[in-house]
Amino acid sequence: MAELQFREAIREAIDEEMAREEKVFIMGEEVAEYNGAYKATEGLLDKYGYKRVIDTPISELGFAGIGVGAAMNGLRPIVEFMTFNFAVLAADQIINHASKAGYMTGGQISMPIVFRGPNASAGQLGATHSVAYDSMYAHFPGLKVIYTSEPDDAKGLLKSAIRDDNPVLFMESEQMYGMKGEVSEEEDYIIPIGKGKIKREGSDVTVVAHGKMYHVAKQAAAQLEKDGVDVEIIDPRTVKPLDLPLIVESIKKTNRCVVVDEAHPFAGFAAEIGFLIQREAFDYLDAPVQRVTLPDVNAPFAKNLFDAWLPDAKQVIDAVNQVTYRN
Amino acid sequence: MAIKIEMPKLSDTMEEGVIAAWNVQEGDKVSAGDIIAEVETDKATMEVEAFDEGTVLKILVDEGDAVPLGGLMAVLGEEGEDISEILENAGSSGSGKSEKKSEAKESVSEEKEEASTSGGGATLTSPKSESSTSGDTAASTGKHGRILASPLARKMAEDKGIDLSRVNGSGPNGRIVKVDIEEYKETAPAAAASAQTFQSLESKEIKVSQMRKTIARRLSESKFTNPHFYETIDIDMKAAIAARKQMNDANEDVKISFNDIVVKACSVALTRHPYVNSSWHDDVIKQHGDVHVAVAVAIEEGLMTPVIRHSDKKGLAQISSETRELAGLARDRKLQPEQMEGSTFTISNLGMFGIEEFTAIINPPNACILAVGAIRDVPVVENGEVVPGKRMKVTLSSDHRIVDGAKAAEFLNTVKNLLENPLSMLL
Amino acid sequence: MAKKKKDDINFAPRGIGDEKDGAVQKGVDLPNPTKKKHKSLGLSEDDLKAMYEQMYLQRRFEERAMQQYQKGKFGGFLHLYIGQEAISTGTVFALNDDDDIITAYRDHGWGLCRGITANEGMAELFGKKTGCSKGKGGSMHFAKTENHFWGGYGIVGGHIPIGGGLAFANKYNQNGRISATFFGDGAVDQGALHETFNIANLWKLPAIFAVENNGYSMGTAARRHTVTEIVDRAKAYGMKSKVVNGMDVFSVYEAMKEVSKEVRESSEPYFLEIRTYRYRGHSMSDPQKYRTKEELETYQKNDPIERLKSYLLDEKILKEDEIQEIEEKVEQEVLDAVEFADNSDFPDEEALYDDMFTEDEPYFHN
Repeated sequence: MAELQFREAIREAIDEEMAREEKVFIMGEEVAEYNGAYKATEGLLDKYGYKRVIDTPISELGFAGIGVGAAMNGLRPIVEFMTFNFAVLAADQIINHASKAGYMTGGQISMPIVFRGPNASAGQLGATHSVAYDSMYAHFPGLKVIYTSEPDDAKGLLKSAIRDDNPVLFMESEQMYGMKGEVSEEEDYIIPIGKGKIKREGSDVTVVAHGKMYHVAKQAAAQLEKDGVDVEIIDPRTVKPLDLPLIVESIKKTNRCVVVDEAHPFAGFAAEIGFLIQREAFDYLDAPVQRVTLPDVNAPFAKNLFDAWLPDAKQVIDAVNQVTYRN
Repeated sequence: MAIKIEMPKLSDTMEEGVIAAWNVQEGDKVSAGDIIAEVETDKATMEVEAFDEGTVLKILVDEGDAVPLGGLMAVLGEEGEDISEILENAGSSGSGKSEKKSEAKESVSEEKEEASTSGGGATLTSPKSESSTSGDTAASTGKHGRILASPLARKMAEDKGIDLSRVNGSGPNGRIVKVDIEEYKETAPAAAASAQTFQSLESKEIKVSQMRKTIARRLSESKFTNPHFYETIDIDMKAAIAARKQMNDANEDVKISFNDIVVKACSVALTRHPYVNSSWHDDVIKQHGDVHVAVAVAIEEGLMTPVIRHSDKKGLAQISSETRELAGLARDRKLQPEQMEGSTFTISNLGMFGIEEFTAIINPPNACILAVGAIRDVPVVENGEVVPGKRMKVTLSSDHRIVDGAKAAEFLNTVKNLLENPLSMLL
Repeated sequence: MAKKKKDDINFAPRGIGDEKDGAVQKGVDLPNPTKKKHKSLGLSEDDLKAMYEQMYLQRRFEERAMQQYQKGKFGGFLHLYIGQEAISTGTVFALNDDDDIITAYRDHGWGLCRGITANEGMAELFGKKTGCSKGKGGSMHFAKTENHFWGGYGIVGGHIPIGGGLAFANKYNQNGRISATFFGDGAVDQGALHETFNIANLWKLPAIFAVENNGYSMGTAARRHTVTEIVDRAKAYGMKSKVVNGMDVFSVYEAMKEVSKEVRESSEPYFLEIRTYRYRGHSMSDPQKYRTKEELETYQKNDPIERLKSYLLDEKILKEDEIQEIEEKVEQEVLDAVEFADNSDFPDEEALYDDMFTEDEPYFHN
């Protein structure tokens, strides 16, 4: 195992896949000469040249669409968004075209494209830079959505995403890029899309948390352990396809569940998991599923308001206490 | 606003009901849940409950009269309220329109729900339960009479055969959760041990359940209106014991109890003493053509009296199996009204608790009830020698309006003879 | 400034009336058609016959499609290309067969031109499994990718960057192919066009972008929805451009031949404004109140099919009865297609889940 920063794990995945397959290229704002807004593509230009590492104008709709057309016509683009908050401008290409072209032409088109970049909030950036979009994209058929929490997952899953013949949204976090973690040194390290992971075993409550929220859940679990509550944390890693059996099996053991999600509450990941659990694990529930999400409010700027807005360990602990009837 | 009390649908097949009794008079104030009348349906005598608060402004039907389903029986309202319009329309309201039928159906189901909550297991409320919101019934019973339990708790209880109504919920709103089921069995014996710590039990007010109310009303009525008298007789049970052993040994499937033998003996005796198999109806004494013996069954929440119909015509094996089945249903609160109605005589047996003898209160509208004590080992004198004997005391409570002392004694002697010579029951 | 009366305040230019009163000119100004004859354009007589047959096929296919739609044989949208057939035909004859073509939802003519048979096309309209897109796409989503026809797309302007992407891949692969992206005049106001034009010239993509300016963005005349001449969009992005008469198949062919050569050689994008006229409503439910009958008739005098027919007769390439023979053949082909579509099966119910993903057993959330 090597200890890598999150951004290094991303870079390794891209690097390895570009070395492996000539048709893979990366484009996005500041990916080439600037070496990546978050240095996730550092050194790639030097290694692969201007043909395969391409700076784009600030033109999300335009370059996302060019990516879609290139994917249709035989290439394997990695389209980097500086943040998924900007990808909203390209949503027509992702939602109306990448996800649908294959189906509406009766399977004549395949779409091996990865849209990647940081998702959700990153501190005091205000309302337009702070939204988590994984649930939104997962709503649409034809898209796969990954939002990883640790460098190891990021590397293995990004490599899978680049090799996938379907459109994949791969989400990261500005705040996690510098985070270090052990990454497998296995040659050609691949994690299959759609497999979650039990990141902490426990018997009292299942906490489902992905992306940045995994770390919040982890913090809460450490606190709760001192109180004698044994938390099991499941990181689905892939939002869609969802590893539902892993979650259900855990709940059969713990009988309680809290979902921690960085999206807003309405019709989000947490809502979906809650529904699925009541359907698949109804007889195993000892308490209603609880969720910790953003409030139904835009991201504020002021530090105190922002802190109140973002889910934290205390909220997770409160929710765990609720489902374990400890309050 | 005035509220019409209409004949509810109290059985699947009923088309009309006879007002057996009004429990209220015009001018009485009633609250929701009060039993305002008793109605004889085609199946049983059922209680009619008020669903609203108010004053009884008008009673439109006399006791003994029949009212079609949905027909107007009475009017509730505020004192002095003008109900002339309702009364004018009363003629057309007795036609049992389907609309009214459905209303009646609703009231029945509400009543049933109410009845099932009344079992709340008040006596089981453990001192531990602090979260009990109502404090008066089982904490797990919600506002709408449902037992609140997590899906897991329900499944666990089902798997373990635990009656949720007996479990205290420690969750929000008294929800029964996993831990409550897990600790349910564990705490039962533990409670006895912890008694040594001399912890005080919590003082509390326990709301009177509908069943308790019914027991209270019917038995007080019986005790205070029926002139009871009591006669006790001591019965030699040696022959009965031998006969029972023989029967049970002969057939593995049969497990006849002493109570079954007493039921059979009484049933046969009742055919020979029809005045005991009677009811008081003020102007008339009704001697019943059939013998239906009720057996008192103690359940957690109170007492139920399922009826063995035509018990005189049934063999011991059948009486035995029916009694066991009915007692089971009674404990599960699953007895249907028709399984509790129509008794002509009742037997109450506390022998299994070692009670030597006791007196029971007559179960109306019966004329008599037999209280059965335990079979004792006693020294008896036989042929001038003291030998070990088996004796059982039974006490007959009789309504003196129907049965006189000598008649009661004759009946008791018949019962005694039958039990002492069990083979004669077969005659 | 004097306060204007409420009624004097305008936003969109007015539709009906004289130009001097502030109203707009309707339809399009057709530039002069090419004066060249077929030989100097490099077209053989067989090419001309094939062109005529192709245009006539597109026309009759859609007329029959309209009839079937009105008979209730299928539902959904039906945007007819009638009047614009010279553009698809001239283009396809000018481009290499492996050049990539992509268009918007007025796509039947393009599909037929790029090898979707009348049977496959009609069956697709009927939503049958024998359709070119297996009944999954319908009228707006004809496609035949093996012939480099990437399909019709339903979001106005949404496919313009994709056309750029097709060219990107061709440049990346250095395969000598170019892409040609067609869209209606309504799409020139979409941001997608502007972003794509910028990137296309910035990255020197071998791409032709061509607006089929038929004068109306649904019911809104071109001059009511966009400023300046449409062709001038190219100027802002430093792209070469020209205006072409889209009612004349020779003019389209000539322009496409030249432009494709240049784009292929220079690897630079090119913008064409091809002026044309759509005879039918925007879709089947269009009452066409925004234009006059007289206007329609004026353009119909320039009908591309009649024009080629006259040329064929005038130049004595075909006789009247030979033309009739072609027309009868096409007529039969289209009638057979209707029968084929009618008799074909609807997709199997299991097909609902097919073609969503490339895996054999994909995940579907449930």
